[in-house]
Amino acid sequence: MVGIDWYLALSAILFAIGIVGVLIRRNAIVIFMCVELMLNAVNLSLISFASHHGNIDGQILVFFALAVAAAEAVVGLAIIIAIFRNNLSVDVGKINLLRW
Amino acid sequence: MTVYLFIMLAVLALGSALAMVINKNTVNSALFLVLNMVSLAGIFLLLNAQFLAIIQILVYAGAIMVLFLFVIMLLNVDDEEKLFDKFRFKYFLAFVLAIAVVGQVFYSLAGVADMLPAISDQMVAIGTVEAVGDVLFTDYLLAFEMTAILLTAAVVGALMIAQHKIKRTDEI
Repeated sequence: MVGIDWYLALSAILFAIGIVGVLIRRNAIVIFMCVELMLNAVNLSLISFASHHGNIDGQILVFFALAVAAAEAVVGLAIIIAIFRNNLSVDVGKINLLRW
Repeated sequence: MTVYLFIMLAVLALGSALAMVINKNTVNSALFLVLNMVSLAGIFLLLNAQFLAIIQILVYAGAIMVLFLFVIMLLNVDDEEKLFDKFRFKYFLAFVLAIAVVGQVFYSLAGVADMLPAISDQMVAIGTVEAVGDVLFTDYLLAFEMTAILLTAAVVGALMIAQHKIKRTDEI
């Protein structure tokens, strides 16, 4: 059997890859996908703790996190569409609505 | 058998995550993210979370990624030509930060390595639909109903934001 530390290590590495993606990419949609990747990494950590403790509450928390992630994806993509309509770009380097 | 399955799925998840980050084409990135989510669903199956594995494939790899691909198609996003052409200080900083995060988590894991729970065999039934639903509709019923309100509010908000022409009653 695989110990819980391997699952947690995998979760940490996936989270770090998500951080790198958020920091180095300039496309807003890809940044958004990297945020989803980080959410998945945290879900993996929660599920591994839930299964190893034999407690179902962690999995319920992951269920709610999935629901909130779906709502967040919908609203975030709508915001990206609205920004794209305004200045025809999803490059976060070119969006300067709040910069003065 | 579990060890080999875990190694295969973990390598698949890590490889697809890396490929998603360094791929220049946005559609390819989205498809690599689908692969990553499917392999994570396999890992959930190894952890006896069958219900969440199915939900992961249905909601994430099905619904959310289709939404992403629709938005990519709608916006006609062009590729990023120069991602790793020249060395930027920002990339160096990003990798240093990521290594710092991984190092911190590994350090804290190594500190509590002997206190981590061991696997016992009596947890086979933990992640089934029956077990999840039993808790979800008794202890967490209020939160579950709140999720419905949250999703409705998200859909209405997304429609309002993405609307083509917002009627302005007061023109500035």
